Amino acid sequence: MADSKDNKKQVIFPVEAGHILMFARSIGDENPLYGAIGGEASDHIVAPPTFVQASAQYTPGYPLRPVIGEPWFGSGKTPSGRKPTYGQEKQDSGEEEKRSEGSNAGMLHAEQHYTYHRPLRPGDVLHATVREGEKWERDSQRAGKLFFSDAITEYRDQNGELVVTARAVGVRTEKVIKS
Amino acid sequence: MLSAKKLQKGGEYREVVVENLTRTQIVQYAGASGDYNPIHTDEVFSTQVAGYPAVFAPGMLTMGLTGKMLTNYVGVEQMRSFGVRFTRQVWPGDDLTSTAVITDIAEEDGETIVKLDVQTVNQKDEVVLQGYATAAVQP
Repeated sequence: MADSKDNKKQVIFPVEAGHILMFARSIGDENPLYGAIGGEASDHIVAPPTFVQASAQYTPGYPLRPVIGEPWFGSGKTPSGRKPTYGQEKQDSGEEEKRSEGSNAGMLHAEQHYTYHRPLRPGDVLHATVREGEKWERDSQRAGKLFFSDAITEYRDQNGELVVTARAVGVRTEKVIKS
Repeated sequence: MLSAKKLQKGGEYREVVVENLTRTQIVQYAGASGDYNPIHTDEVFSTQVAGYPAVFAPGMLTMGLTGKMLTNYVGVEQMRSFGVRFTRQVWPGDDLTSTAVITDIAEEDGETIVKLDVQTVNQKDEVVLQGYATAAVQP
């Protein structure tokens, strides 16, 4: 069990053919290795190289997934269903700058890296362990000060073998980049 | 599988990975990937609450599209690494072209590996994604 000093979180991610198919369609990829083409199913299916990101579907409490019965920060009757967790408005000589609002408010995906140890197949059950990494900052012309943080995710299969190693870098900006 | 004999440094492979990106394709990606951030799929939220001119694509969709170019070039099971930096937002209506350029061919851990610089640009030739990939090839 994770304690306050242990920043490892584990997710169990079953790799499924139907999920791969829908993911492949979303990137417009008709590679036969990803599944059905015009109704014909392939019996040799592997996952596309960015598919592990879809482990979000199996991450408990993933903040960018609506929870039935709980207010959601996207629109319904109103432009936003709940007050944002972060919400800062800067007023600077009449110009209003809004930070992107929501649970991941202001946090943009800066970089993503994968190292592949073997291809992913339907039937694999991956155990994803996330480890928070470093934090650093630097200045930028467009966005003011930039605050970076990274996280390493190791995806191991049902035999404990490392299948994919992922590193995500997030950045929080002082100013919203609109262009 | 590509063959190192037919490859050389500076060799390029390019594909148009999406034309006139639709909001519906962004929704397909959200549904499959599990990232339901309304900034990508909910234009009421994105414009009226977050202050953007429209919804925009998640960086990971751009990475997935770029990955399509790579797997068409080197093969799916041949990929050994893939890493990118997201440099600019991608908007509905964008056309994206991804290019891989060979920077090296070397032996690593018993495999012949091709190293690639990877870049994706929009219809204004602005770089939206910059990165690298490595893949196994026949010797």
